[in-house]
Amino acid sequence: MFHNTNSLKMSLALLLLTTPATFGDERYDPVRSEIVLKECGACHMAFQPQMLPKRSWDRIMQELSDHFGEDASLDADTKEQIEAYLDKNAADSGWWGGKFMRGVKDNMTPLRITQTPHWIREHDDEISAQALAAAKSRANCVACHPRANRGDYDDD
Amino acid sequence: MNNLNKTIFIATATILLGGVSISIVSANSARDAIIEGFVDEAGMEASAERGKILFESNIGDGKPDTPSCTTCHGATALKTGMTRAGKVIEPMAVSKNPERFIDLKKVSKWFRRNCKSVLGRECTPQEKADFLTYMKSK
Repeated sequence: MFHNTNSLKMSLALLLLTTPATFGDERYDPVRSEIVLKECGACHMAFQPQMLPKRSWDRIMQELSDHFGEDASLDADTKEQIEAYLDKNAADSGWWGGKFMRGVKDNMTPLRITQTPHWIREHDDEISAQALAAAKSRANCVACHPRANRGDYDDD
Repeated sequence: MNNLNKTIFIATATILLGGVSISIVSANSARDAIIEGFVDEAGMEASAERGKILFESNIGDGKPDTPSCTTCHGATALKTGMTRAGKVIEPMAVSKNPERFIDLKKVSKWFRRNCKSVLGRECTPQEKADFLTYMKSK
């Protein structure tokens, strides 16, 4: 198949380039839905759906009229499209079991990413009071992870 | 610049600036139509002064985290604000942000949500007309 080492090298490079999630430690597929980016991203970074189980997203989407203390209600059509994307990409959507499912028991439905065992373990009380004051909220991932929008949290 | 270059420059500038002013004109007329719709519904003239009071007052009848529009939108219409999740909100004043209030669907969505968050109910057509008239005047 490979006539010379160059094409072998190039094929390997291509393979590495096309499968970033396998190699990065804290990398997630970036949000690829325009409607999710626009609607969720209007108030906060559109979090990657791989960070919560399906049942969490379902409940969040059912409770949009009181979304962490604000009315974030949507029209039925928009809501349905967003739900479909979240369900398809949730932490427990694939056969491999996402990182964010670790330590989430069957009877747990975390509503905040920052309350998942994986998030807590990764941050391990390392957020200083100053850093939190500057970020304003733990939901402001990009304050500390500048490439969080692209699903890249591999910077610490 | 020689004469040909000058002519080309002027022509280009005219086309570009013309495009910008046309888009501002159409944004203005779209916004005016939205305001007029609420004024008609309310059946009375809008007041920028009442709109200012609505925007800046500490109302506190809605959700506890959002007692006033200014909780998230910044202290005045001319300032940037910040969502509770730390995302910057561009100023509401039309002079600062000419793209404001030109899409009825978007305007209706945010009135529905934010009036419920701050006032605990939907805003009346008169409140909407007042609010937009104030933002247009700033």
